[in-house]
Amino acid sequence: MALDENVLEKGILNVTPSLQTVNTQAPQPSFLHSHTLKISLFVSLLPNPAVMAVLKVHGSPFSTATMRVVSALYEKGLQFEFVSIDMKVGQHKSEAFLALNPFGQVPAFEDGDLKLFESRAITQYIAHEYASNGTQLICPDSKKMAIMSVWMEVEAHQYDPHAAKLCFELCIKPMLGLTTDPAAVEDLEAKLGKVLDVYEARLTQSKYLGGDCLGLADLHHLPTLHYLLGSSAKKLFDSRPHVSAWVADITARPAWAKVIAMQKS
Amino acid sequence: MATPVKVYGPPMSTAVSRVLACLLEKDVNFQLIPVDMSKGEHKKPDYLKIQPFGQVPSFQDESISLFESRAICRYVSEKYANQGNKRLYGTNPLEKASIEQWLEAEGQSFNPPSSALVFQLAFAPRMKLKQDLGVIKQSEEKLAKVLDVYEQRLGESRFLAGDEFTLADLSHLPNTQYLVSVTEKGEMFTKRKNVGRWWSEISGRDSWKKVVDLQKAPPPKSA
Repeated sequence: MALDENVLEKGILNVTPSLQTVNTQAPQPSFLHSHTLKISLFVSLLPNPAVMAVLKVHGSPFSTATMRVVSALYEKGLQFEFVSIDMKVGQHKSEAFLALNPFGQVPAFEDGDLKLFESRAITQYIAHEYASNGTQLICPDSKKMAIMSVWMEVEAHQYDPHAAKLCFELCIKPMLGLTTDPAAVEDLEAKLGKVLDVYEARLTQSKYLGGDCLGLADLHHLPTLHYLLGSSAKKLFDSRPHVSAWVADITARPAWAKVIAMQKS
Repeated sequence: MATPVKVYGPPMSTAVSRVLACLLEKDVNFQLIPVDMSKGEHKKPDYLKIQPFGQVPSFQDESISLFESRAICRYVSEKYANQGNKRLYGTNPLEKASIEQWLEAEGQSFNPPSSALVFQLAFAPRMKLKQDLGVIKQSEEKLAKVLDVYEQRLGESRFLAGDEFTLADLSHLPNTQYLVSVTEKGEMFTKRKNVGRWWSEISGRDSWKKVVDLQKAPPPKSA
């Protein structure tokens, strides 16, 4: 694995041969072996890293659920440690990882002694606990928050089931050398299209899905959006003007660019 | 006295019953407004104005109109934090984080396979639809894996999020009620020692018994 200059400029690269979480204190620059070492990336977003409880994300930069959590952290400008979980070798089913998430799924999250799983529970925790940092992702007004909560549930239960399966057919299967099922794609695109029709109507009345301000309801869509925009399903978003404008807006956010950059390092 | 809140939808709907359980736990007066789904009322323009996906429930109080059962439950639990069951949605950020984690686990891991089984085994026969044996088998396998995780968790903790009954447990009541009472898959719950103990406790609550009574009541006569 090549040393990324950007990474060295930004922060400290810690290298450890073990599965345990990494000591994040003094930098330990050393030699690099490619696949036998687990790399923990300590990302410093502040010029002078302040003393804070260590936030950790255990996951994969390609996992949509992991990306969801990381996007919230970047929006908030929070320092965090990223512990890479190698799913190809089943690390997410190891005892050490199951202690963090008994469902054996990425991501898992730590804030000091607090351990959490489920990406949308983690983002909510981050948004509330660090409400005064960075981008406001929830609404202090309880009625506005209730409306945002509705659209967060819409993402989770109406949008994501179809979007995730479509991602699997169009993006993951080719990567795994499996054949995309055109009938399944047609069916899923029709279903997702119906959901996006509701989004189109909503976005004619509201700048963002959750309300007038950007929030978790919008952010939660980014990971699957990212994959679908790189596939033939892009047309579903392009063909609906308000949806298209909303997609362009949220995918252009600098914090989101940082999430994508993690896939390249 | 506060105006009763309105819940639209039949109590036999799992999502509607989720909201009813929450309202009863919080001692919130409600009016249940029928939506005749057999006549497609939920897909008509008037209803789509309050629920654009054409599903039940939807909810209104004097200031707001909402849908998605778990969003409604969160709103009700926050707004009425100081009445009824005050521990339902946690009393501090750490408790809330744990509740949200298990509420998401319910929505993402438990709900898909259990919902599919409820539809295939409890509703499809009533609606004279053909059952899909492949879906039934797959759903049962997925649900078994989820319940294995619950079995471990509930050996360490009385309820999912901690020592108190919360929204996270409540959210499981609707689907489990159908599986245990009208299908032969109830054993999946009752044969697992900790899950069985937990199911007994949560389904034995007064609030849930009232919901089950509402589900058994004859539907209102159409106008």
